[in-house]
Amino acid sequence: MQYAILCYDREEIVEGWTQAEDDAVIAKHRAVEHDLAKKGRLGPTLRLLPTHAAMTVRSGDQPLVLDGPFAETKEQLLGLWIIDADSHEEALETAKKLASHKKTGALEVRPLRYFAAQKQVA
Amino acid sequence: MSDPAWIHASLTTARPQAVAALLRYFRDLDRAEEAFQEACLRALKSWPEKGPPRDTVAWLIFVGRNFGVDQVRRTAKQTELPDEDKLSDLDDREADMVERLDNSHYRDDVLRLLFICCHPDLPATQQIPLALRIVSGLSVKEIARAFLVSEAAMEQRITRAKRAVAQAGREFETPNAVDRAERLGIVAAMVYLVFNEGYSATGGEVHVRAPLCVEAIRLVRLLLRLFPAEPEIMGLLALMLLQHARASARLDKTGNIVLLDDQDRTLWDRRAIDEGLVLVDKALRHRRPGQYQMQAAIAAVHARSTSPDETNWAEIDRLYQILERVQPSPIVTLNRAVAVAKVAGPDAALQLVEPLASPLSGYFHFHGLRGGLLMQLGRDEEAREAFNQAIGLAHTPAEAAHIRLQLDKLGQGKPALDKSQKRA
Repeated sequence: MQYAILCYDREEIVEGWTQAEDDAVIAKHRAVEHDLAKKGRLGPTLRLLPTHAAMTVRSGDQPLVLDGPFAETKEQLLGLWIIDADSHEEALETAKKLASHKKTGALEVRPLRYFAAQKQVA
Repeated sequence: MSDPAWIHASLTTARPQAVAALLRYFRDLDRAEEAFQEACLRALKSWPEKGPPRDTVAWLIFVGRNFGVDQVRRTAKQTELPDEDKLSDLDDREADMVERLDNSHYRDDVLRLLFICCHPDLPATQQIPLALRIVSGLSVKEIARAFLVSEAAMEQRITRAKRAVAQAGREFETPNAVDRAERLGIVAAMVYLVFNEGYSATGGEVHVRAPLCVEAIRLVRLLLRLFPAEPEIMGLLALMLLQHARASARLDKTGNIVLLDDQDRTLWDRRAIDEGLVLVDKALRHRRPGQYQMQAAIAAVHARSTSPDETNWAEIDRLYQILERVQPSPIVTLNRAVAVAKVAGPDAALQLVEPLASPLSGYFHFHGLRGGLLMQLGRDEEAREAFNQAIGLAHTPAEAAHIRLQLDKLGQGKPALDKSQKRA
């Protein structure tokens, strides 16, 4: 079985960390990741840019693009794609294509701050 | 969870919203501040033991409000304060109530608090310290250092500002959409002033002023959380991030300004740039151009170029033309002239610059740029005259030193291209 571990925290606090505080937390994560990677049991790891950089594409025949992060608490996170896009616009276009196949739900388009795909993943 | 650093971060983050809500209850800056201080003290006692409450802002507002109400009652009736445990032992239901009560108000509360700090009667030299003291919670000592004045002088300045604000008596009812938009514009300008106060510092002062930039970025992030669909707020955050990203490349070891063309671009903070670029794109989708968005878009062109030669000056010229329409100003035109010089040559740029002589006769950069263009055209005598005028108007030793370098080049008797030898 493979697992995704999703990280949640108070964004305004995390964004207020100094570089040194941020580095210290990341270093602790790295230590855990390192052990997993050695055993070949680490998949991609990634860090997202803050939610104010996000946009939301609501599903439908003509998907609707909205500012801000995804915020409907009655809908749950079901999956994700990592894509390469040359611009915000291109990423939104891809999301619109994906969102037009459904009547409900939404896709949040959030730029990545950091991405590492581990070669060792099974 | 009982890590004091974590608590400190929580309190700092909660401050603008909590003080803003307390100000709504008490309609008095000093009382709101005092109530928040007391709530912080109780948090420091209670949280390490009991763990942090789920909603720290609501907890602080609730405790602060109770304290403030008790203060009012005590001065009236000399009654006892309720005991500590009772107050610290808020369960989640109570906290939830406060949260529901306040969530819809936070936006207007924070806006009001910031708006009060930029009262039109206050000069900028008072607005900025007041905002830093009240909203950001920086100590008088920290603010005094950033403004290079004594602590006593800064204390006095803040006290005067508070008095002026109290006498003015601001509006406390909920603003309508028009008021809200107007307030947001005024507040954004004030936050940008805070940023510039930190950014425009040079030389040995820069390390004490950088916190102002960080604080301004924190404030505009807060505004964007409250107003997530405002393109000008996105633009303002983008602009600050893109400018601040260059901070470590802007000064050389001796404290001289390093101009954009000469900066070591590997020193730029890519993480801040990435966030800034995304925000510019996002803002421009709204097709409601404003001054911050356009300035950010210009900064984005620079940030995207890995070297000065790759800079898309035609795009910068185009963006400045939009900025000239959105915010007509001789300084914007002067800046556009830099792009025009790159695209169409010094002659075309000079034609744009000459008509600005009267509004900008007292402006350092006008004479500096004009001198540079004349030098490129080989009109050395006129260039020397312009540089001499610039030197007389320089605000910092670094500015003067830069012009002296230009004069030295003229002294060698051959027209040199611009600032390329700055760091040699």
